[in-house]
Amino acid sequence: MSSQDIPEENLPAEQSAGHDEHGHGAVSPADDKHPFVDPGLPPHEPRIQDIDERAAKRSERSVALLFTVSMLATVAFIASFVAIPVDKSVFIFPLGRISALNFALGLTLGIALFCIGAGAVHWARTLMSDVEIADERHPIEAEPEVREKVFADFKQGAKESAIGRRKLIRNTMFGALTLVPLSGVVLLRDLGPLPEDKLRHTLWSKGKLLVNMNTNEPLRPADVAVGSLTFAKPEGLEEHDHDFQNEIAKAALMIVRIQPENIKDKRELEWSHQGIVAYSKICTHVGCPISLYEQQTHHVLCPCHQSTFDLSDGARVIFGPAGHALPQLRIGVNEEGYLEALSDFEEPVGPAFWERG
Amino acid sequence: MKKLSARRRHPLAAVVVLLLALLFSGGLYAVFAPTSKAEADETAQSLTIEEGKKLYSVGCASCHGTGGQGTSDGPSLVGVGAAAVDFQVGTGRMPAATSQGPQVPKKKNIYSQAEIDQLAAYIASLGAGPAVPTEEQYGPEGADIAKGGELFRTNCAQCHNFTGKGGALTHGKYAPTLEGVDPKHIYEAMQTGPQNMPSFPDTTLSEKNKKDIIAYLDAVNSSKSESPGGLELGGLGPVSEGLFGWIFGLGGLIAVAVWVAARTAKAKKS
Repeated sequence: MSSQDIPEENLPAEQSAGHDEHGHGAVSPADDKHPFVDPGLPPHEPRIQDIDERAAKRSERSVALLFTVSMLATVAFIASFVAIPVDKSVFIFPLGRISALNFALGLTLGIALFCIGAGAVHWARTLMSDVEIADERHPIEAEPEVREKVFADFKQGAKESAIGRRKLIRNTMFGALTLVPLSGVVLLRDLGPLPEDKLRHTLWSKGKLLVNMNTNEPLRPADVAVGSLTFAKPEGLEEHDHDFQNEIAKAALMIVRIQPENIKDKRELEWSHQGIVAYSKICTHVGCPISLYEQQTHHVLCPCHQSTFDLSDGARVIFGPAGHALPQLRIGVNEEGYLEALSDFEEPVGPAFWERG
Repeated sequence: MKKLSARRRHPLAAVVVLLLALLFSGGLYAVFAPTSKAEADETAQSLTIEEGKKLYSVGCASCHGTGGQGTSDGPSLVGVGAAAVDFQVGTGRMPAATSQGPQVPKKKNIYSQAEIDQLAAYIASLGAGPAVPTEEQYGPEGADIAKGGELFRTNCAQCHNFTGKGGALTHGKYAPTLEGVDPKHIYEAMQTGPQNMPSFPDTTLSEKNKKDIIAYLDAVNSSKSESPGGLELGGLGPVSEGLFGWIFGLGGLIAVAVWVAARTAKAKKS
């Protein structure tokens, strides 16, 4: 590309004969308006490939080689997909024992894509024209005549449509345009069922036994030792139930036993059974499962944002972004000696929501 | 009976009587021998406890009190059981250099297994507690690795991470990595809950459950475990993976961008 391609009016007026054909060299001397000399573009230097045909051939071969490698890598990708069994593992030095198929597919596809890109870049850098060109910016504003014509056309259009005179048409049109988006708003209602009071209730209710998640057996007070940590689910909820995940996401319970004299919160002690306390496992910040329990400090740490709760003091928040204490489940013992819930959680479990109050 | 008395003068009668007498005395021996062996065991046991007590007064009493009752520097050891001693001393955590600091780290164990057994016997004699598990309890035979993985993710992964690489807790405390930890010590840790780790007694996490968990850890976190996904980056999850992505992923892109825009070689040097 040369300066002949640049529209005449965009070239600086001073640029004329005397400079080389690509517009390199100083373009405007200093004057009152522009106190500094515009040095223009530096003189163009040809590359080896521009003057040496053999070098250009070499570059051509390199680019072709990269594209050929890419083709071979694609063939290798397909071959490894067909040939390597899924469960074969190999030892590769810094990576360890890894899946042979994953490694082969990743490596070949990576090489295939990289070589296409590298070939294209090498082609552009060594063989395509690298002559610098100057292209001045146009003023953004339109010509005064054009502006005038547009304004005149607009005024004439408004006059011909009589939008200012026929107010009934104008107002009903505004009304129609305003109401149309309401259809979209109404459709939003169909994004899903309303939550109703699902957030306020869990599967826990009076008389539900606390079932150990590990053994699937109901817990007895004697099972829960001081300093131990146990996870429980409500009786009747089985892992193969279709709504298991939805229900356990609210009902998950962690059970710890604290010496009753170490429980500082009066209500917590009242709601416990001989120091066995049951708290919701769902963090009140954004609902991560929270059970990093330190048995000596009775602190529970949330792994997501480090909210820390003190289980010996009503699970009050002692650090982090959580807004309120973990909900406690009131528990007791039934006639057969099993731990049971005495009610649902008194407050919604998990993160706060708009209508929570 | 008449037949028998009629034959009492038979030439072989003396032999029969002798045989019966031998049988009787042999039976008597058989009845009494185990009791005397038990007595011998008891003496050996009390000797072990004596030895353990001596070791205890040298290595442990300054913090845990002369009778294991505990002081302001160390908790009471009454009822912690032999398993707790075997874990704490066997992993070098006890004797601790200091009771200060957030957590007592694992270090080189300075006691022989025999000495640890003596200490454990002494502590176990102070009050009933969990015993040291046997190979049969923590060995891989008959374990369900998949079930172990499920149990590990329910009970352990929140602190020790999904494959037991460990993680951070509050105020400088941490859950250590489980890589290279003796299966016996993992079993004991679950049973006794060392330091800030909660315990998982047999009543809530059965012996079989513990065995499954140990087998799972052996499958995912040992020198022979596979990592089909490739480079693990410590197995710590998003932190190290994100760091790797930002430094090497973005770094690689920047390097390529610099190469794309770099000046090409010119024919003549200016």
